[in-house]
Amino acid sequence: MTTKFEVNELQLHYGEFHALKQISLSIPERSVNALIGPSGCGKSTFLRTLNRMNDMISSVRVDGEIKLSGTNIYDTGMDVEELRKRVGMVFQQPNPFPKSIYENVAFGPRLHRKPGRKELDEIVEKSLRGASLWDEVKDDLHKSALGLSGGQQQRLCIARALAVNPEVLLMDESTSALDPISTLKIEELIQELKKDYTIVMVTHNMHQAARVSDYTTFFLNGEVIESSPTEKLFSTPVDHRTEQYITGRFG
Amino acid sequence: MQDKQRVVKPHIAEEWVGKIYTLLCIFFLIVTIFSMVYFVASKGISTFFLPNVNLLDFLTGLKWAPEGSPPAFGALPFIVGSFTTSILAALIAAPLGICAAIFMTEIMPGVGRRYLQPVIELLAGIPSVVYGFIGLSVLVPFLRDVFPGQGIGIAAGAMVLSIMILPTITTIAADALAGLSHSLKEGSYALGATRWQTIYRIILPTTLPALLTGVVLGISRAFGEALAVQMVIGNAPHIPKSLFESTSTLTSVITLSMGNTVSGSPHNSALWSLALILMSMTFVFVFIVRWLERRSKV
Ligand SMILES: Nc1ncnc2c1ncn2[C@@H]1O[C@H](COP(=O)(O)OP(=O)(O)OP(=O)(O)O)[C@@H](O)[C@H]1O
Ligand SMILES: [Mg+2]
Repeated sequence: MTTKFEVNELQLHYGEFHALKQISLSIPERSVNALIGPSGCGKSTFLRTLNRMNDMISSVRVDGEIKLSGTNIYDTGMDVEELRKRVGMVFQQPNPFPKSIYENVAFGPRLHRKPGRKELDEIVEKSLRGASLWDEVKDDLHKSALGLSGGQQQRLCIARALAVNPEVLLMDESTSALDPISTLKIEELIQELKKDYTIVMVTHNMHQAARVSDYTTFFLNGEVIESSPTEKLFSTPVDHRTEQYITGRFG
Repeated sequence: MQDKQRVVKPHIAEEWVGKIYTLLCIFFLIVTIFSMVYFVASKGISTFFLPNVNLLDFLTGLKWAPEGSPPAFGALPFIVGSFTTSILAALIAAPLGICAAIFMTEIMPGVGRRYLQPVIELLAGIPSVVYGFIGLSVLVPFLRDVFPGQGIGIAAGAMVLSIMILPTITTIAADALAGLSHSLKEGSYALGATRWQTIYRIILPTTLPALLTGVVLGISRAFGEALAVQMVIGNAPHIPKSLFESTSTLTSVITLSMGNTVSGSPHNSALWSLALILMSMTFVFVFIVRWLERRSKV
């Protein structure tokens, strides 16, 4: 299996605060990778180093390297917009733009080039199908996205991310604001998406990690304690802190 | 039982004092506002009971000679003057103010907050007579040199007003931009948008109603400003042929003439009618702002 992300000795500081310490990790292509760990351990921070969303915080300093298909994304010559196009992100709270469903999905493709009407229609349909939302909204494409339910909005955000044709999808607790049925839908969707995309997801829900992920990484206080195939991590954890965490005697 | 009442009583008294006090204040406010509106309206309407004056002629007439014989009450030059100066002022100030707000909130929040904001607030605090004075001694001579005409007129008025309404537009725009949820911007950046793409495609469209609110409030303020305009507009009672020729606005003609009229005279009533037009326009502006605010909450 080829490696998508190769993280080497990654360090991140928020000003004086050392938020990520010596992280080395490899993320295989076309797999679902769960990041677990107690609150404040640095999961979101790590996830946001993968598409350089941390760049927007002025106090952040990053050392070490993260290779995406072989090139270090923290190289000075790196085109950050191009990186974010390749590495899409879905947030914890659904954040559709206050525009129509169609405009939401078309937003990304229009940033990077000028697709024709017909091509755009196709991209929108394909992305909405990819996010299992097409059947629910195909007659309402020009209605406001804000009229959708929370679960539909989150799937719209997934469709919006898919529309720029990324290689990786980062999800930061993307189901935690949703009801169980919407959550299930998105979990099924993740299974579907991993055929084409590499998925890195943060979750607080251990069952979710066990259900949907192929690999699980346990973070604690800004360090990676253990990273292995999900089945192995949950059945025979090597580190006793991992065991304590997954058995709920921790954090 | 008795104990309880003793504890509760002062509490109830406090409630009543507060209630009565606020009710009195509201009552006072409402009475003041209504009597002002009534006063201006009754005085202003009385003009139209004079022989030879009707509303249509008043609003569309070009000749203003209230002391002439026969007197003429055509207020169109002032209406045109007021609208052109204030809308032109907004056209100048809106791009400047919105750009300043973008700079303050999106480009360099640190510098913006520390230096630009105090300067803008300072602008808001300068008395209008100072603006008028600067306009008259710097701007008017400059315009006279550069453009054909006397320098005074709509252009000078609009420029002075644009500086005066800049703080209103900037402050409201900056508040709207700063209040925009961070998650929308993140959503845009996460799709690979650049900063300016995010500003053009997400931030400005989303905050548009609020930005327009600021602009309308600015126009409203410009519409009502008297002193500074009067100092640079020339005060000739006719529609000018260019932006650099003397003309008047509703406010400037009122402030200039009111001292010279006798209460109850046709001239005096006609000034009240101009005031009534001003007041009605203010209501229209308030209405537009309300409507925009309702839209920006969606
Ligand atoms: N912008 C910031 N400035 C300074 N410190 C920050 C910032 N963002 C996060 N931190 C700190 O970095 C640490 C890691 O935060 P992070 O959000 O990555 O945790 P997390 O594992 O995602 O937690 P949660 O499960 O609660 O989302 C925390 O201690 C947090 O206080
Ligand atoms: Mg987090």
